[in-house]
Amino acid sequence: MLHGYGSTILDGAWLTLSLALTSMALAITLGLLGAAFRLSPLKWLALLGEGYATVIRGIPDLVLILLIFYGGQDIVNRVAPLLGHSQYIDINPFIAGVGTMGFIFGAYLSETFRGAFMAIPKGQAEAGAAYGMGRLQVFFRILVPQMIRFAIPGFTNNWLVLTKATALISVVGLQDMMFKAKNAADATREPFTFFLAVAALYLLLTSVSLLALRLLERRYSVGARLADI
Amino acid sequence: MLDFQLIAEHLPLYGRGVLVTFQLLIIALALGLALAIPLGLMRVSKAPWLNAPAWLYTYVIRGTPMLVQLFLIYYGLAQFEAVRSSFMWPYLSSATFCACLAFAINTSAYSAEILAGSLKATPHGEIEAAKAMGMSRAKLYRRILLPSALRRALPQYSNEVIMMLHTTSLASIVTLVDITGAARTLSSRYYMPFEAFITAGLFYLVLTFALVQLFKQAERHWLAHLAPRKA
Repeated sequence: MLHGYGSTILDGAWLTLSLALTSMALAITLGLLGAAFRLSPLKWLALLGEGYATVIRGIPDLVLILLIFYGGQDIVNRVAPLLGHSQYIDINPFIAGVGTMGFIFGAYLSETFRGAFMAIPKGQAEAGAAYGMGRLQVFFRILVPQMIRFAIPGFTNNWLVLTKATALISVVGLQDMMFKAKNAADATREPFTFFLAVAALYLLLTSVSLLALRLLERRYSVGARLADI
Repeated sequence: MLDFQLIAEHLPLYGRGVLVTFQLLIIALALGLALAIPLGLMRVSKAPWLNAPAWLYTYVIRGTPMLVQLFLIYYGLAQFEAVRSSFMWPYLSSATFCACLAFAINTSAYSAEILAGSLKATPHGEIEAAKAMGMSRAKLYRRILLPSALRRALPQYSNEVIMMLHTTSLASIVTLVDITGAARTLSSRYYMPFEAFITAGLFYLVLTFALVQLFKQAERHWLAHLAPRKA
């Protein structure tokens, strides 16, 4: 049915998954950093974090991808000769993709993490301090585990959006499953078949993610009391 | 090192791009909302034969990338002889029509879920009061449930509208010259991707802020009864 393109597309699916997971790791790091900046008592840090979140969330993913991918490469090659570098610098598309997606979704996650930290009752940190914990201990033992519980619904949402947004990286030439499907579609003149197959793979990925994250949410909500309505 | 001279000379191209973006956005939102209202009502129905198809629709649309949906409609449908010989073909071979259709289908699924959530959150007292007044089901939906649910959906719907504004940038992948398309044209014609795309980004940023302000006004008007009271 797929004219022997099945395994190629599965290779692409693997690339999509690695791209999504690696980008998410970077996004979590940037998101935590962004949230810390925005909650910082230092005015300029808070402003910097706020600016990052607002600007990135106000521009379409595709434009940011094109800007960072083509524009970034362009700028690097304009700056390099000034630093005495004579060769043209080609950026690896996977690394550029991870950098771009991580940078974009770090902004979205900073919003999720900030909200989650603010949802923790103040008494929790005070109780930790009263037990004689240091600031770092309070942060890692008291705040982070509870923050994770509050952040999971927003995180789930962001993960799903990121997974689907990876399809856009195919536009700049990363050979993910979308790219492979486009090639197969052009070669066989059966675009519907291949795009439907890719849609099914994305649906599988999002469905499995939903189930897994629901289990994780249950794990982190152990001990949380929910009122019956 | 940066050269915005050429960009300034080509601002009219961006201007036409803004119009295309607006056109795509407005058509997609209008069609999408028209589809979303019946779908949202189906999603809150207790009858499985109404609820299940709407659930499947929103689940599949929300679980797959917009780009795949766009490609399925724009490139995919041409695979079938029946489509190519049908009266719809003049429309389905047009990039503008396909982009509007794909965007409308996409936003209808998200908007339907927003509306369903809002309908479910209707205070039960309002429904009981309407029933006590002897309203029929149709009148209950028309006079009580929908007006109140549509209003309460406004904050979430404003997010969806902004997401949709950003989604319209995908139209540039199927050859349309919207804001992103204008930037892509300039970028490849003069090889200055950085300036071209940063300008496009600025346009979207301004439009996003304008939409946010517009919805703030709308909320002040239609959600005044839910605003916190001034002390």
